[in-house]
Amino acid sequence: MIKGSFIENLGRVYAMYTGGFLVFIVLMAILEQMGVGADTIGILFVAFTVAIYALIGWLSRTMQVEAYYVAGREVPAVYNGMATAADWMSGASFVALAGGIYFGGYGYLGFIVGWTGGYVLVNSLMAPYLRKFGCYTVPDFIGTRYGGNVARFCAVVILVVTSFTYVTAQINASGTIAARALHIPFEFGVWIGLVGILLCSMLGGMRAVTWTQVAQYIVLIIAYLVPVIWMSNKQDFGMVPHFSYGDAVARIQELEPLVGLGTAATESAPADFRGVRILSTPHNDPQGGMDSWKFVTLALCMMAGTASLPHILMRYFTTPSVRDARRSVAYSLFFIFLLYFTAPALATLTKLQLLDPTLPTAVIGQSFEAVKSLAWVQNWESVRMLFLTDSNGDGIVQLNEFFMRPDIVVLATPEIAGLPYVISGLVAAGGLAAAMSTADGLLLAIANALSHDLYYKIIDPKADTKHRLIVARVLLIVIGAAAALIASLQLTGILGAVAWAFCFACSGLFFPLVLGVWWKRANTQGAIAGMVFGFAAGSAYLYYVYNGGTPWMGIDHLRFGIIGMPVSLVAMVVVSLMTPAPSQEVQDMVDEVRIPSGETILGAKH
Amino acid sequence: MSEATRDPGAGGTSAPGIGKEAKERHWAKTRNLTIGVLVVWAIFAFILPWNAKALNEFSFLSFPLGYYLIVQGSLLVFVVLIFFQNWRQDAIDDEAGVGDE
Repeated sequence: MIKGSFIENLGRVYAMYTGGFLVFIVLMAILEQMGVGADTIGILFVAFTVAIYALIGWLSRTMQVEAYYVAGREVPAVYNGMATAADWMSGASFVALAGGIYFGGYGYLGFIVGWTGGYVLVNSLMAPYLRKFGCYTVPDFIGTRYGGNVARFCAVVILVVTSFTYVTAQINASGTIAARALHIPFEFGVWIGLVGILLCSMLGGMRAVTWTQVAQYIVLIIAYLVPVIWMSNKQDFGMVPHFSYGDAVARIQELEPLVGLGTAATESAPADFRGVRILSTPHNDPQGGMDSWKFVTLALCMMAGTASLPHILMRYFTTPSVRDARRSVAYSLFFIFLLYFTAPALATLTKLQLLDPTLPTAVIGQSFEAVKSLAWVQNWESVRMLFLTDSNGDGIVQLNEFFMRPDIVVLATPEIAGLPYVISGLVAAGGLAAAMSTADGLLLAIANALSHDLYYKIIDPKADTKHRLIVARVLLIVIGAAAALIASLQLTGILGAVAWAFCFACSGLFFPLVLGVWWKRANTQGAIAGMVFGFAAGSAYLYYVYNGGTPWMGIDHLRFGIIGMPVSLVAMVVVSLMTPAPSQEVQDMVDEVRIPSGETILGAKH
Repeated sequence: MSEATRDPGAGGTSAPGIGKEAKERHWAKTRNLTIGVLVVWAIFAFILPWNAKALNEFSFLSFPLGYYLIVQGSLLVFVVLIFFQNWRQDAIDDEAGVGDE
């Protein structure tokens, strides 16, 4: 691939790619009309998209350090925005977000606000300064700003714990989707998913991950928006549902008492229907007080976590300039916003379709036999993700007799609304793109920190380029395999692990990163104390609540960053003030970071 | 949006050339802008969602207002806020002669 001309032709290349993908969807629709089975279409969707990502990964292969670690610092702002959006939106965002809103109501919406508002912090406090620094990894910044291998090592440890927690959830998600689309057991699906992920990242490092993530964003956003808009038009909810579902919210609130929301189930689902539940939380009924507190603490953890997640921050190292880094944060949030403001619309409209007895799609309040024979109900019941029972024997489906798993809301919507199967195939491809793109970014963040910060900076600073890049790739495979192994054991649910990653990141890294730029007096000892105490306090609290301890002021395992962050801040400030100020040289460096123009701080030192 | 203000001659390696005072002025302006942005951010991220119950008494685009803000309004404000901040920050940088393009 000729580099210069590829960058110049980006618009054309991705326009052709998008057009090609749309043609492929139409082709699949035609095949469906000709009588090709749903299974075949699902397999074709997954195989076609993964093959494209692998091709991009192979074309972007490189043996240059700058290209491997930071994509040659030549990614234009808009494309970096798309890549960040794909990097950011995980399998959980794609598959579980709408389901979370469906079941969680106001309490869950803290994720929506937290996962978007965090970018204001990224833009204000982090991205432009880290780009000016010119580092390859996040620990690279910590190690250079604070000096010494201890600080660097602490940052590496936190990065590995954070990203590893997160990546197992992503490999789990890609395994689930691959298993369902290809009809193989989950344990194999996980390894197939891993092979796809490694194909995208191993040969070309950050450069390959960047260009596959752009391609994956295009697939995932089409796969999210098309079904929602199509469903809305088919069911007469308006052309663009985003601005017109206010009435649907009101109608749901009107229906909730009528369908007996809040009545506990009298029967529970059999054990092999894992994670299925009945709807019991009102759609929009904040109570103030504790509800507000829980909302705000969750949002705060997710925001500070966003601004400290290494796999997100490292995307902003790839732009040509500081100004482009800032601009690409703006585009990132815009591209993320497109999905995040769609998810509540999807959750609301799907819920209305199931609840409202005047709609043909209604399930609640209908005859048990009729619901039981619906094709989509049977499909999801056969994979143990939906459970129907007539506990009171009246032959009618009540709200407390209808169990489903939150993450099928997105996947089942096309079937509920009666859309053709091709849409379900598209949704599977989108979910896979979301999970793979995030897993790529996370694996690369871990492998790069270990190869650059641990191996090159701490263990063997004399290593030559070839050696460094081989070590980086070997680590990528080893870490990927370890993550897949843990994922195949299915130790955690998708969302729990995701929220934990944010809390780990903000407990350990948020203040050392922010104060590194914003407080000149911050020194090595302070930063080490901030990382160690913050991370230890957060982890200890997680251990306490996860093992049955009573949460203090409603701070549960989803928001343990609320404990870690203040400890980190206090430790960092107190220890910094008790120890000598950083040298003049370091203070001048901070001054230099605050100015966008000129050479990067690290310059050619790599 | 900064295409119009971009001046190929202004950037480059001029940064080390600007004086200590100019640097301090530049940083003071950057800091004030950042504080302003974070205040708006805090209002839409924490204060309004905290009061969702009270805001739900009002209606906007036929949504209950509190609900609307959480699912859409605050998100839109965040997007616009970042574009606004970058526009102002570019002006601050160019004025100090440290725009990096």
